[in-house]
This record gives sequence, structure tokens and C-alpha cells, in this order.
Amino acid sequence: MSTLQATQTRTAFGRANDRFLSRHASMVPSFAAVAVLLVLLVAAQLYFGNFVTPRNMSALLLDNAYLMVIAVGMTFVILTAGIDLSVGSVMAFTGILLATFLSNGLPTVVAVPLILAAGAAIGLLIGILVQYFNVQPFIASLAGLFLARGLAFVVSLQSIRVEDDSLLWLQSTRFTIGNWYITPTGIIALLSVVVGALVLQYTRFGRTIYAVGGNEQSARLMGLKVGRTKILVYVISGTLAGVAGVILTAYSGAGYPRNGIGTELDAIAAVVIGGTLLSGGRGYVLGSMVGVFVYGTIKAIISFMGAEQSWMQIIIGALLLLFILIQRFIVSRSERRE
Amino acid sequence: MKALMRHRLFWPIVALLALVAVNTIARPQFIKITLRDGQLYGALIDIMRNCAPLMLVALGMTIVIATRGIDLSVGAVMAVSGAVALTIIDGSSDPNNLGTVLVAIVVAIFAALILGTFNGVLVARLGIQPIVATLVLMLAGRGVALLITGGFITTVNSDPFSYLATGYLVGVPFAFIIALIAIVLLALFERRTALGMLTESVGINPEASRLAGVRSRGIIFSAYMLSGLLAGVAGLIYSANIRAADANSAGLFIELYAILAVVLGGTSLMGGKFSIAGTVIGVLIIETLDSTILFLGVSSAQSPVFFALVVVLVVIVQSPRLRTFRRRRRADVVPPPVSTPEKVEAGA
Repeated sequence: MSTLQATQTRTAFGRANDRFLSRHASMVPSFAAVAVLLVLLVAAQLYFGNFVTPRNMSALLLDNAYLMVIAVGMTFVILTAGIDLSVGSVMAFTGILLATFLSNGLPTVVAVPLILAAGAAIGLLIGILVQYFNVQPFIASLAGLFLARGLAFVVSLQSIRVEDDSLLWLQSTRFTIGNWYITPTGIIALLSVVVGALVLQYTRFGRTIYAVGGNEQSARLMGLKVGRTKILVYVISGTLAGVAGVILTAYSGAGYPRNGIGTELDAIAAVVIGGTLLSGGRGYVLGSMVGVFVYGTIKAIISFMGAEQSWMQIIIGALLLLFILIQRFIVSRSERRE
Repeated sequence: MKALMRHRLFWPIVALLALVAVNTIARPQFIKITLRDGQLYGALIDIMRNCAPLMLVALGMTIVIATRGIDLSVGAVMAVSGAVALTIIDGSSDPNNLGTVLVAIVVAIFAALILGTFNGVLVARLGIQPIVATLVLMLAGRGVALLITGGFITTVNSDPFSYLATGYLVGVPFAFIIALIAIVLLALFERRTALGMLTESVGINPEASRLAGVRSRGIIFSAYMLSGLLAGVAGLIYSANIRAADANSAGLFIELYAILAVVLGGTSLMGGKFSIAGTVIGVLIIETLDSTILFLGVSSAQSPVFFALVVVLVVIVQSPRLRTFRRRRRADVVPPPVSTPEKVEAGA
């Protein structure tokens, strides 16, 4: 009798466990990313002894602020089952444009909105191609990549130094708490994560993005504004790439047309590692933030070890593969359930 | 005339001829081919030689795209194969030995095949989206190439190896002959056997072709292997041309240009019907455009602006929206009954 009861409770518990897993299946990859980040940090701390220090952790945010901003925009796009390859080039274009404007004596308050508008315009172009001309996001954003990269070189073939105080302030100011510090660029990055997460979770627009990514046809039949949403995500991604251009220009103190080659791949990798499915409809901005931290931690570990940066690409590739396999497993499980 | 205009290669050929015509008017020596020391010279010959790596990569891409896939890793595979070949030649005592060079070439192509197999396993066996699956190698491949060369740009002076890119055979650039052989072999295999039709059927409807008894997994698998193989050969030609293995810039952006060439040639990225001749014309358009832009005195760094405009123009011309618009004007009747809710929404 008691054994029977025991089995019953166990199966009940097992069922509840199963139900929890299936209900929160979309969160599992993000939790896996958090686990990977913790393992990386603990292992690095044990190995080096002086890795997890306030200084290093603050630098992690500072060094990857531009990537985090881009990853937020990329998450929006990928959630609609799209992709934006143009972000790295848009970052370079807006960065060099900003440096040119500033060196020509334009005040920062005028120059920054102008270049953000330029980023948004390229995003709008991609969105219109995707929505109104049925171009695949891959190809449409490829056109954006070429356009922005070429325009960056049209603006200037050489790097341009920035001596504008208000822009450099973004980088040089450090708000400190003990040994921790945060720069305005870091605050911008965190702010974009928070706003992105809130928009996706609690606004009509955000929920529409998930609906479009889950099943575009159903979303349309439900009367959701699919077209507007799909165009807007590319505009958001382009604008955030512009913000990243501002951050990177402040960070490096110069605009350079060759900046950000391959940044779109880093951003996609960070987003995927953070648990967003490339097939759309599932994922979190907070996960992407964790993905960027994983990326940054690996980079920091490699430079700590003095190893060659080529390992960076290999390890990121391997991690990407691992997370794709995890996602594949989860998706096939939930498909079997249905 | 109407039938001719409706042929799917009509507009790509017109674009190519228009480019050649514009160039010829702007600089008459463009069209001139001279024979010096038994070797052909001229702007057109240069285009033929320079197009070889892109041609090889684009051919492989055509087959992959026909299966509804995409291969982003081709540039990285090029970097790896160049790095492998040059490291072997560099390490040998006699870089000019033909045997050494042959060994290097075989090993490099073998390495490229392994990478292609890796992509094939991910896509065909594990069922991962092609964009994601090949992204892994696109990221990691250049790292592998850098490891092979030890982080340096390996340079060698090996005459037999340079022959791949700069040599001439019966007056024609050897690189172009390699590309030509690849075109002919691929056309024979795809069009004179059932392979091409099976590839298209897999691309049009994988599930239906599986039920019809087509071994779709094997076909998809072999497409990625082929793409890896051709990218490997392209990497050899590229590194033979600059006599160096540059892991960072070898084949940079070539996946994008290859995809562009395939799309220019009229093959849809949705998979299914493909055109090898279209891809060849697409590659020639890109190379001619590139040479035109250089001639115009535009810095090669700025040329992407032109390519962006070409991409936008081509996709808009190919888009269903413009096509229905044209059809509506021609027939002057209400458009066909295939209007999906999508179009209703977009029009609203």
C-alpha cells in the first residue's frame, strides 16, 4: 500500500517535472547559457586566481557594450524569424559618419540624432525589401551590408580621430562603487537590454513579434499588424547598430571604416548562445545579454592566457554548435509532444 | 521574340552584354584581345582569370541552394585549403618540386572535403537549418586556418603552385581552364544524368521526394561536400595568385558574392530549379561590374555601394509584387486568384 502510494507520488512528481520542462522549454537554452557563463567564470577564477575581480567584470561590460546593443536589436529581428547581416557595417558607417560630423564642427546633440537616423534608414530599407518585395531577410540585409560598408568608405577611406569632449565623456567617465565602475556607454548598453526586455514582454508590439515569429500566417489571421511589426524590427536593429556606432567611436576615440567586419556573426552567435531560436518565436533579450557576456568572458580568458586570438573563433564556433544541438534537441522533443 | 524575352536567362544576358557594351564605348581597348608570346592578353582575359575562384564557389553554391540550403562557410574553407597547401609547401625542402606541390594540393582538397562533410552531417543528418549549421564553420574555419599557419601570413615562391593562378595552357589562363572543367563536369553530371532533376525535386519538396523514393539525405549531403570541394580548389587558386596564405582575407565576403551570382543567374533562394548557365553569367556580370567600377576610378573599398544597388534592383525586379503589377497592366484584368492574405495585408 505504502509502496503504491510512493510510486504514485513519484509519477505525479515526475509528471509535474515534465510539465514544468515542457511549459518552460523555451527558457532551457537561456538557462544553459547562464550555466556556461558560471562554469567559465568559476573555471577561470580557479585557474588564474585573479580573474573574477570587480575591475575585470566592469571591463567586461565596457569592452562589449557595443556588441550588447547590437545583440538586443538582433534578438528583435531573429524573434520574427528574420536575420540582419547589416549591423556590423551599419556600425562602421554610422561611426565614421559621426567622426566626420564632429571633426567638421557639428555639435554632438545634432550629429548623434543624424547618424541614428542614418542607421534607422538602412534598417527601413531592409524592412521594406523584406515586407513589400518578399525578399528573404538574408538577401535584403546583405544588400544593407554592402550598402553600409561601401558608404563607410565613401565617407572616409582613413580613420578619423574624435576630439569632441562630450562624446569622449561617454567613455572616460567612470561612476565607481568600491572597485566596480560603469561608464555611460555601459549604462546605455544595460538600458537597451532593460528597455528591450520590457518591450518584448509587456507591450502589444513585443507580443506581436513573438506571434509573428511563432507563426506568421496565424498572426495575420488574428488581425495583428504583421507588416508594420516586421519593418519596425529592422528599423530598431538599424537604429541600435547606430547606437553601437556611437559607443564604438567613443570607445576607440576614432571612426574607422573597417570597424565591425564580422560583428554581425558575433552578434548572431551571442544571440543563439543566449537561447534565441533562429527559427523565430522563442528567445529573450536577457538571454542575449548572457550570450554577450559568455562571448566577452571567452575573449578575456584567451587574452589572459596569452593564447592566440584564433582560438576565439574556434571556441565561439564550437559553443555555437553545442547550443544549436541543444536547441535542436528541445525543438524535436516539443514537436514530438504536439 | 516574346519567347526569347521570356527565357529566364534573357535579362541576365542582356545585363552582361550591356556592361560589356558600356565598357567598350568608354574604353575601346576593353574588347581587344591580343596574342603575345602565344598567350592571350586583354581586359576580357583578365576577367576570365580573376573570376575563377568565384566561379568555382558559385557553382557549388548553386547546387546547395537548389536543395533549399545555403553554404556560408565557403570563404573559411578557402582560407583553410590555402593554409594547408602553403604550409606543406613551405615546410618542404624544395618548394619547386612538382611532387611536393601535388601532395599539397591533394591534402588541401582533402581537408576541404572534410569540412564539406562536416556541413553535410549537420544539415542532412542532424537536420539543422543550413544558415546556422554553416555559420559554425564560417566562424571557426578562419580560426583553424590561422592555427595552421601559426598566426602568420605564410608566403612561398613555388613556380608549379603559382601556375594554378598565373599559368597559361594553350594561350588561355590555367585558372580559367580549371573553372571551365568544373562547369562542364557539373553540367554533365547534373543535366545528363538524373542527378539534377533529383536535386531539384529535393529542393522543391523534400518530404514529397522522400516519399517518392528519392534519397534526399544523400543528395543534400553530397551538395555540401561538392561545395566544400570546389571552395577548396578556389582557395588553392586564390593563394597561388597572391603566393601567400592569408587566413583573414582569403575568400572574405566570397559567400556573399557567390550567393549574389546565383541569384543574378535566376536561381531562386527558395530552392528547386537551378541554372548552371545562369550562375556562370551571374559570375561574369559581377566580375565585369567589378572591373568597370575599378575603371571608373572608384576605390575598390567603395564598390560595395554599387553591388548593393545591383542587389536591390535585381530582387525588386524578381519580386512577385512587381510581377503581378506588370501582369495586371498587360492583361488589364483583376490579378489571378492566387492572392494570399499576405498580399491583402501588404496592400492595405
